[in-house]
Amino acid sequence: MSVELSKHDKQLLDGQHGEGAQMAMRIIVRMADVQEAAELMDVTQAHIDGCGLLSESGLEFAETLAAKGARVSVPTTLNMGPLDLQNWQQYNIDEDFAGKAIRQAKAYTDMECIPTWTCAPYQSYLTPRFGQQIAWGESNAICYANSVLGARTNRYGDYMDICAAITGRVPKCGLHLAENRKGQLLLRLKNIDAAVMQSNEFYVTLGHLTGSLAGDKIPVIEGLGSRASSDQLKAFCAAAASSGAVALFHAIGLTPEANTYEQAFHGGKPERIIDIGFTDLQKARSELSTAEEGSNLDLVVLGCPHFSYDEFRELSSLIEAKIEKGKRLHPNVRFVVISSQTSYALLQRGDFLNRLTAFGIEITLDTCVFHTPMVAEDTKVIMTDSGKCAYYAPGELNVQVAFGSMADCVESSVKGQVCRKDTLWEKS
Amino acid sequence: MGKVLIGKPVVPGSAEGAALVSKEPLSFWGGISPQTGEVIDRRHDLSGAIVTGKVFVLPTGKGSSTSSATLLESIRTGVAPAAIINLSVDPILALGSIVADELYHQTIPIVVLSEEDFLSIRQDDNLVIKPDGKVLVNEQRDK
Repeated sequence: MSVELSKHDKQLLDGQHGEGAQMAMRIIVRMADVQEAAELMDVTQAHIDGCGLLSESGLEFAETLAAKGARVSVPTTLNMGPLDLQNWQQYNIDEDFAGKAIRQAKAYTDMECIPTWTCAPYQSYLTPRFGQQIAWGESNAICYANSVLGARTNRYGDYMDICAAITGRVPKCGLHLAENRKGQLLLRLKNIDAAVMQSNEFYVTLGHLTGSLAGDKIPVIEGLGSRASSDQLKAFCAAAASSGAVALFHAIGLTPEANTYEQAFHGGKPERIIDIGFTDLQKARSELSTAEEGSNLDLVVLGCPHFSYDEFRELSSLIEAKIEKGKRLHPNVRFVVISSQTSYALLQRGDFLNRLTAFGIEITLDTCVFHTPMVAEDTKVIMTDSGKCAYYAPGELNVQVAFGSMADCVESSVKGQVCRKDTLWEKS
Repeated sequence: MGKVLIGKPVVPGSAEGAALVSKEPLSFWGGISPQTGEVIDRRHDLSGAIVTGKVFVLPTGKGSSTSSATLLESIRTGVAPAAIINLSVDPILALGSIVADELYHQTIPIVVLSEEDFLSIRQDDNLVIKPDGKVLVNEQRDK
């Protein structure tokens, strides 16, 4: 062990604050060695990803910490969990699985985490502030917190996040330090049509491409403009942190650490410059789909990451246009939107909910299609507007996936077949 | 002819196995089944391969921060690779191995090699990992 510890760190490590905190501190100290950090530093907020996946080992880890008396020492939000805690009985979920998921949820709330159960924590509660040192898990949230909010977190993997929350300490290294936040690659958008750049699909596609190009480097995007919405940046982050390990990007004139080119590169130069043209985006867009146009559609999944109120509003207006023409969800298609209790509470106060349910949409809260067994075994083709969902679905759900805009998803759900309106993407 | 590569022990330990060499990074969550050890990322060059008992030679992890959980669970179920060799330190994979030690007193070693050494490893080479980070390639054992 080479990391220098404070008096309080040593007390935690000696077990003076209980066995749970001791175990958490042991993991933090071992990770400080892995990351070659000379010392630890404080974080003032945490977001837990480790509560998401249900596995025997993950459950055992959480229950072990909770039983040993561990409690979080900083405000700590929770990522989505493996169960829709209020409505799981609607989904034909195995009782043994549900029982374990409820135990896991309880272990985290016993440790006094805040039951937000969302993978879009930056859109719900306790949004971190610029420059705040935090310990966040969940790849899309890490990317958003660092890049869009200007808070500072490393990519905390499952189970280190809760250890950081308990101890309030992390290895002092990586993206917590200003000097490690400078841009490394320059991605220049060249001659992309304004109509394309305003679409949500563009942000997903560019995110997917950025992740593939950047790997774990810090990309700087030039030419993105300054109008992106929170939901568009959410979609970008989710895609970039799936095809790559992007924990931080800068977009000149858009993100807070990149008001200028000089600021984005800390006065230095990029290691590499890559130009991105329309054909690169067309290629990235087609990579996101494995299902053929015209395939019979089984399931539409929206809300990866969790749907915001504004996305519900957009969906609702698309649905309204269908309902006015007397159209409904095709009988062979299931349409699932995943969201948080926080967005749902807003939805209940607005006017859209009846319209969505009348069309046949199911709204699932607190969880995600990858972590709760709600997708039927015989599901073959799914459609989504999410780059992250499109990236992981073939492996995790063993399905063919079609990526399209939200409007494409709605249209396909009425037809019962994958159909995309390509007008935006056909121009050269 | 065998050779000895000098690596950095990220998670120290001993292991032996055949090399499973990946050209591309992989997210363990969404990339490996913790029930079967199969590479399930259908976009990955090793899609369908089994990592169990192999020394997984992988440039780096990527993607999901749930990858440490997938590695931990695959160590518990016994389908994990025997060891992992990376090109750069991936804290998320190291974490999975360290938590396995805390919970089950069981780890898999993780070693980082220089680019030249990393690229010199061929598919199915016999690799022996030593606790000090040395990697013996196609060497007779116990010399």
